Amino acid sequence: MTAHIAPLPADLVSPQTERPTVLAVEDLGLSLRNADGLLPIVTDVSFSIREGEAVALVGESGCGKSITASAIMGIAPDNAVITGTITLNGKVISGLSPRDRRRLCGRHMGFIFQEPMTALHPTLSIGRQMTDTLRHNLGLSHGAATDRAAELLGRVGIPRARDILKGYVHELSGGMRQRVMIALAISCGPSLIIADEPTTALDVTIQAQVLDLLDDMRRELNLAMLFITHDLEVVGDFCEKAVVMYAGDVVERGLSADVVRAPAHPYARGLIDAVPAHDDGRTRLTPILGTVPPVGQWPEGCRFAPRCSRADGQCGTRPSLERHGPTDARCWHPLETMP
Amino acid sequence: MLRYLGKRFLLILPTIFVPLILVFLLLRLSPGDPAGMMLGDQATAEQIAALRTQLGLDQPIFVQFLLWLKGIVTLDLGNSIFFREPVMQIIPRYAGVTILLTLVALTLAVLIGVSMGLISAMNRNKPIDRGVVTTAVLGISLPEFWFALLLIFLFAVTLRWFPVAGYNPPSAGIVAFAATIFMPAMALGVRQSALMTRMMRSSMLDVLNEPYITTARAQGLPESTVIGRYAMRTAAMPVITVAGLSAGYMLGGAVTIEIIFALPGLGRMLVEAVGRRDYPLVEGGVLTISLVLAVLNLAIDLIYAILDPRIRYQ
Amino acid sequence: MSTETVLSVAGLSKSFRAVKAVRDVSFSIPRGKTFGLVGESGSGKSTTARLVLRLVEPSAGSISFRGMDLAGLSSGDLRAERRHMQMIFQDPFGSLNPRMSVRDTLVEPQLVHGIGTPAEQLKTAERLLAEVSMPRAALDRYPHEFSGGQRQRIAIARALATNPEMIVADEPVSALDVSVQAQVLNLMRDLQDRHGTTMLFISHDLRVVQFMCDEIGVMYLGEIVEQGPRDRIYGAPAHPYTQALLVSAPGKAGGQRARLKGEIPSAHAVPSGCAFRTRCPQAFERCTVEKPVMRDLGGGQKAACHLLDGAVAA
Repeated sequence: MTAHIAPLPADLVSPQTERPTVLAVEDLGLSLRNADGLLPIVTDVSFSIREGEAVALVGESGCGKSITASAIMGIAPDNAVITGTITLNGKVISGLSPRDRRRLCGRHMGFIFQEPMTALHPTLSIGRQMTDTLRHNLGLSHGAATDRAAELLGRVGIPRARDILKGYVHELSGGMRQRVMIALAISCGPSLIIADEPTTALDVTIQAQVLDLLDDMRRELNLAMLFITHDLEVVGDFCEKAVVMYAGDVVERGLSADVVRAPAHPYARGLIDAVPAHDDGRTRLTPILGTVPPVGQWPEGCRFAPRCSRADGQCGTRPSLERHGPTDARCWHPLETMP
Repeated sequence: MLRYLGKRFLLILPTIFVPLILVFLLLRLSPGDPAGMMLGDQATAEQIAALRTQLGLDQPIFVQFLLWLKGIVTLDLGNSIFFREPVMQIIPRYAGVTILLTLVALTLAVLIGVSMGLISAMNRNKPIDRGVVTTAVLGISLPEFWFALLLIFLFAVTLRWFPVAGYNPPSAGIVAFAATIFMPAMALGVRQSALMTRMMRSSMLDVLNEPYITTARAQGLPESTVIGRYAMRTAAMPVITVAGLSAGYMLGGAVTIEIIFALPGLGRMLVEAVGRRDYPLVEGGVLTISLVLAVLNLAIDLIYAILDPRIRYQ
Repeated sequence: MSTETVLSVAGLSKSFRAVKAVRDVSFSIPRGKTFGLVGESGSGKSTTARLVLRLVEPSAGSISFRGMDLAGLSSGDLRAERRHMQMIFQDPFGSLNPRMSVRDTLVEPQLVHGIGTPAEQLKTAERLLAEVSMPRAALDRYPHEFSGGQRQRIAIARALATNPEMIVADEPVSALDVSVQAQVLNLMRDLQDRHGTTMLFISHDLRVVQFMCDEIGVMYLGEIVEQGPRDRIYGAPAHPYTQALLVSAPGKAGGQRARLKGEIPSAHAVPSGCAFRTRCPQAFERCTVEKPVMRDLGGGQKAACHLLDGAVAA
């Protein structure tokens, strides 16, 4: 890695700085309104994605990564109160009406879910689901939409596309289902794809196929991709940048190579150490003690402090996301970067 | 698809025959002698014995059963003891009214249930939702006959929109028919429409949480398409199941309603035939109701198979 | 260390009607060691675990546990033998009785197998909780009051309650978050070291299997295609399927593109010859016609592949 002399926020450091920014999220906050008032779910989330770039949003269940994605898509729950700014292709979309937000879906943003079996309609044919989208978003005729759907299925590596269009999701294998989901997401030419744990439900060999396909699509279509995952190892292979979330906060942000190899935040380090690594003779893993605090029970100050071996009195105040070595981290006592 | 329907058909056969056998046994084993009743108080023992022989009532019960079974298979249900004409000629005169009444009641119940349930689900926890839910609970707890009297009081006695009772067949004109069928159909359908409202509401709320609804929204489809096509398609399934069950209840409930509104239907015919120990007519009536129910159930299965491809391949 | 064999399985097969779920599986586990079965969904690894526990009756083959043929045991003897063979499942929520307090959950297996007096049973329950690093206060609480990781700790404590010789663990950490996963894996290894428990460990996660297991069997479509000591399997995989699994694992490939094509075929239609040939990048004619046999590769490593002809143990 090149040594960074000026401490620019790591978010701005990109190997292809000339590429335009597709998505910029600034100080995004999301709270759910319930009987007791506002319950914060996500706070101060900031990151950006450039054209053709894949950014990982990493964290364990309950860290707020999926609801961040739904806030970007504009499909957050009705009782969500969203603050901060979301900019898509230079246009601020966070203030738009729900109806205008919906118009951006499909045409400008595509979504890929974890479980294609439940994310595709069980009793509408694959073709119907694809042509509904194509006809609505692109104003295609039925015939043209069917042709385009078949072409898209071929493009994501599905043989006998015309037959598959007549079929239903339960007739397909897990890998094929996720390919259909990908075809649907890219069908109307979006510039941003949000993929929420797209390979978690798949077997390891199929997982690799689907990751390859996503990677190909990103390169061919120059897509900006937000890749939500709990698996830091996938991040290293697949994404240029990584944003690590913990208890609704971004705790670390930077180039994924740096985040995976030399994280500054103790939580990111803990996530890496907790996974049994290949070619590793360790007889014990290094787990993170305790459990993720549930929403509504976040500690004051640094939310990771109660589980952190480096915590002291200073951690009672909330740290900000600052540059430490090659990455940005929200920590008073970041880990030293190894040379 | 055909195999599926064939299988459903075979499963339906018991629903036709079990009630028939029960009716056969109940009538034969209950006290009271139809021959005696038909001939009146002045009949001699010889006359009664002769009639019993003529009707086959002196045969052992299993012989009667075989004769009865043969009658059903050959569609010869014998003569009504009271009317002295073939059952197969009497039934159609009454069956039409009951079938129409049930169909109209079912249609009303589905229309009301689906729209109310939908409105309720779309406005979850808002005042309109609470209002619908409360009304539905009320509708479920209302006895049909009481609701029927309420309708008569409101529409016939107070507003004078409809006649208190009586029946005009559709051939008398659609307005005349509607005027006599509306109140009975409402009375018959109110409880089922309340059930369907609740079913539609909970089923729609479940479906709206399904990931494929999020997908449809994330694809930019307008909310009208998301609800009307993507959500309704699956949310309707439990409602259809309820509609099938409702049809059964309604055929049973028709007895009370036909008597209250003086409709010349199968229900009223059956009650009278039972009172007269008119075995062939009772059996004919029960057979008809079972058949109608079976056809309705097959129709529901067919709708299921059309709406859900997973069923077709089972 | 003793090399006594605790579990030995030979020629184990299971068919569910036309589906050959497990075919001719053989392996043995020495005392205190962990044998890992790794494979994708549909590989038959979970069915093998159920066969070993005799939750499913084998179609063919023998299971010898502590020198006894499990397949030949009467149901009474089998029940007694279960004391020595306990299990841990993937979903700690589904496998714990929600209406049983932790105390009852830990006492029940002892009660069933008649171990100790009530006072001793309670003492054991307290000791078990301490062993899985749970506070004593947890005794009076119920499964829903705990997180996923804590529930899995309770499930582990329950498995240890009868002081079994062997534990069968089916995907015990798959439902847990990464950081919690590490806690549970460490715990399982510590307990194994302390009690000398033998373990059959089922997982789809190659990293977890590598961490936990001494010996590994790689399953594909109901068969073990390669087995051997951990370091051989991960260091020098011989079967193309094992090789593909290892390159497919995240964090391993680094942009490598040696991908398997297609997906695992249905167990209804197992390909002729070598079952893996339809996805094998190196398949040739012989693979279609002739089923490869297990070849000994030395160092305890065995694999079934025609490419290994001539690669005889040195």
